[in-house]
Amino acid sequence: MSLLSRSAAAILITVVGAAPLQAESLDVQIGYLQWVPDQGPVLSNVIPEPEDAGLRGAELAIADNSTTGKFLGQTYSLQSKVVDSEEAAVAAFEAMHQNGMELFVVNAPAQTLKTLMDKAGDNTLVFNAGAKDNALRTGQCHSNLLHTMPSYAMLTDALGQWLNQRRWNEVFLITGPTEADKGWADAFRRSAKRFGLEIVEDKPWTFDADLRRTASKELPLFTQASDYDAVVVADVRGDFGEYVPFNTWLPRPVVGTQGMSPATWHRVVESWGAAQLQNRFRDLADRDMNSEDYTAWAAIRSIGTAVTDLGTANPGEIRDFLFSEKFQLAAFKGRKLTFRDWNGQLRQPIPLVHPRGLVARAPFEGFLHPNTEMDTLGFDKPESECRING
Amino acid sequence: MTSLFKHTALAAMIGLSTPALASLAYVSNEKDDTISIIDTETRAVVETIDVGQRPRGILLSKDHTKLYICASDDDTVQVLDLATRKIVDTLPSGEDPEQFSLHPNNKHLYIANEDDAIVTVVDVDTKDVLAQIDVGIEPEGMAVSPDGKWAVNTSETTSMLHWINTDTFEIEKNIVVGQRPRHVEFSKDSKIAWASAEIGGTVHIIDVDNLEQIHEMSFKVPGVNQDRVQPVGIELTSDGKYAFVALGPSNHVAVVDAQTYEVLEYLLVGSRVWQLDLDKDEKHLYTTNGVSGDVSVIDVEDLKVIKSIKVGRYPWGVVIDPTS
Repeated sequence: MSLLSRSAAAILITVVGAAPLQAESLDVQIGYLQWVPDQGPVLSNVIPEPEDAGLRGAELAIADNSTTGKFLGQTYSLQSKVVDSEEAAVAAFEAMHQNGMELFVVNAPAQTLKTLMDKAGDNTLVFNAGAKDNALRTGQCHSNLLHTMPSYAMLTDALGQWLNQRRWNEVFLITGPTEADKGWADAFRRSAKRFGLEIVEDKPWTFDADLRRTASKELPLFTQASDYDAVVVADVRGDFGEYVPFNTWLPRPVVGTQGMSPATWHRVVESWGAAQLQNRFRDLADRDMNSEDYTAWAAIRSIGTAVTDLGTANPGEIRDFLFSEKFQLAAFKGRKLTFRDWNGQLRQPIPLVHPRGLVARAPFEGFLHPNTEMDTLGFDKPESECRING
Repeated sequence: MTSLFKHTALAAMIGLSTPALASLAYVSNEKDDTISIIDTETRAVVETIDVGQRPRGILLSKDHTKLYICASDDDTVQVLDLATRKIVDTLPSGEDPEQFSLHPNNKHLYIANEDDAIVTVVDVDTKDVLAQIDVGIEPEGMAVSPDGKWAVNTSETTSMLHWINTDTFEIEKNIVVGQRPRHVEFSKDSKIAWASAEIGGTVHIIDVDNLEQIHEMSFKVPGVNQDRVQPVGIELTSDGKYAFVALGPSNHVAVVDAQTYEVLEYLLVGSRVWQLDLDKDEKHLYTTNGVSGDVSVIDVEDLKVIKSIKVGRYPWGVVIDPTS
């Protein structure tokens, strides 16, 4: 009501309550669990990642759902736990579960997620809003586990399509030392094969010097090769990658986890009404919305969309609805989003961004698919062993 | 006659070569913070006026002397005097006004405040805020029925039509429609309301007497991915023959038989077609095409696109002054 303070002359204000559509009330309880392992010390630690990434997105979605719910006599509440170990995550999950919680959003590593799914009963629906591991989409699926976080493969396919349509087909790949870096690089190698890219050099990053002082000396030597169109960096935690742009041997663009990156969500996304979502988030959290916030938001908005239609919060019925023709999530990416019925992955366009601007949005025109272009990103049905809907 | 005289005088004064009798179209350019004025006779831009930040919804006062402009990022509604083409006033609007609608009484302006989940009702003469009504998330479309009885707001993320009684300013009914409802248009007799749902890809036909949906339309544009068929603006001919539906990034306008709700044709226009308006004798339809930064002109009789007119960046709304 900043309007009130601005126009002091405002006289006859009546804030009118909403008339509920239905009389019976329904309280939808959703559990949010976050465990993000410490990334260890990194070289490029100038701009830290927010510690509440994910949680604040979940909170916004609860507020969004509640605004809709008040016209239908439905309320939403969030029980959130941010913990610092897998054991604590499991304990929190079990405690909530025993108290009757059936709907969960989890931002945790793949291994933790698997442990939780082993303990989750049939009548539980879990949304993975954190783990990008391809294995969770290709073989280690669980019928009650959906993914709002894109896989590494969806992200690298977006990048691969872009490189292909720019005709920048020869790339120099640098891979960091962590498991996540290797996962990202493996996904990129697969994308390279799919989109006709040639990896002319494939080098692991082994240096441990402080590149803030020596990047301009180390990296030109490290990126020597006869020719390449672009340098692709796989440095998920942001250790050395920020120092690759402008320090390459050849004057070439840097893409991947740094430079221009495929991202689930980023502050520069503003089309299709996204500006409104970004504003709402900034009002709530006093910072920009990132990918973890977005995937937690999308998970809880999926639940909300189902409950609006169904009038129940039964996890089985919600699950059926989410895989039905009736479900479509309006999620500010310019298209309706739906879940892949073989592995529970949320189909979604992937923006390609640099820190202050949007470059493009995958999928690109010309990459054809018999069902939906969005399935040119990530693991299509024949590429996945999962059949969680039979 | 007065406004005609003023316009003639003005045209003479600033040396415009436009015929004085031509009616004018006003286009809001969301990313240029300007209004383009198009002469519908010559179909050329005759003037571009600087206005507030991020102009989106625009509408004419009932006497056609003023243009109201939602300057979204300035959190205000600006009043453009059409005779002098100067911003002469601002109205309190609530935060982030996007679309609005003027009651037939020419006094009550209903404004959708997108960031605040509120509809604000302002008296345009006294500038009093008469009511603020809680609605769903991202209120967007706003329409007042021609008989003045109902104000309807669409809330995009809540996916509802909120029916506001204009006597009490209270919501009397909420109707759940497809995902991301954008726009509502009433038939002249106020009996039927058309509501578009952008992500749902649907248009919902509502019987206003019973406040019930009587039909749901969907669209299939040949050669265009279904995901890109996103209905936004709607315009109805007053003879009840046609409804025109702007289909967003499919870059087509659907021509619908307004009696049978059958799609008769899809017309290719510019990129991401948003809003539309008919000219004074309803012979031509003007559409704003956000991405291509132009306005397409459709011949209503032949159902052919006859011209595109370059305007500013991201044209959003278009209104044609039938008396200018």
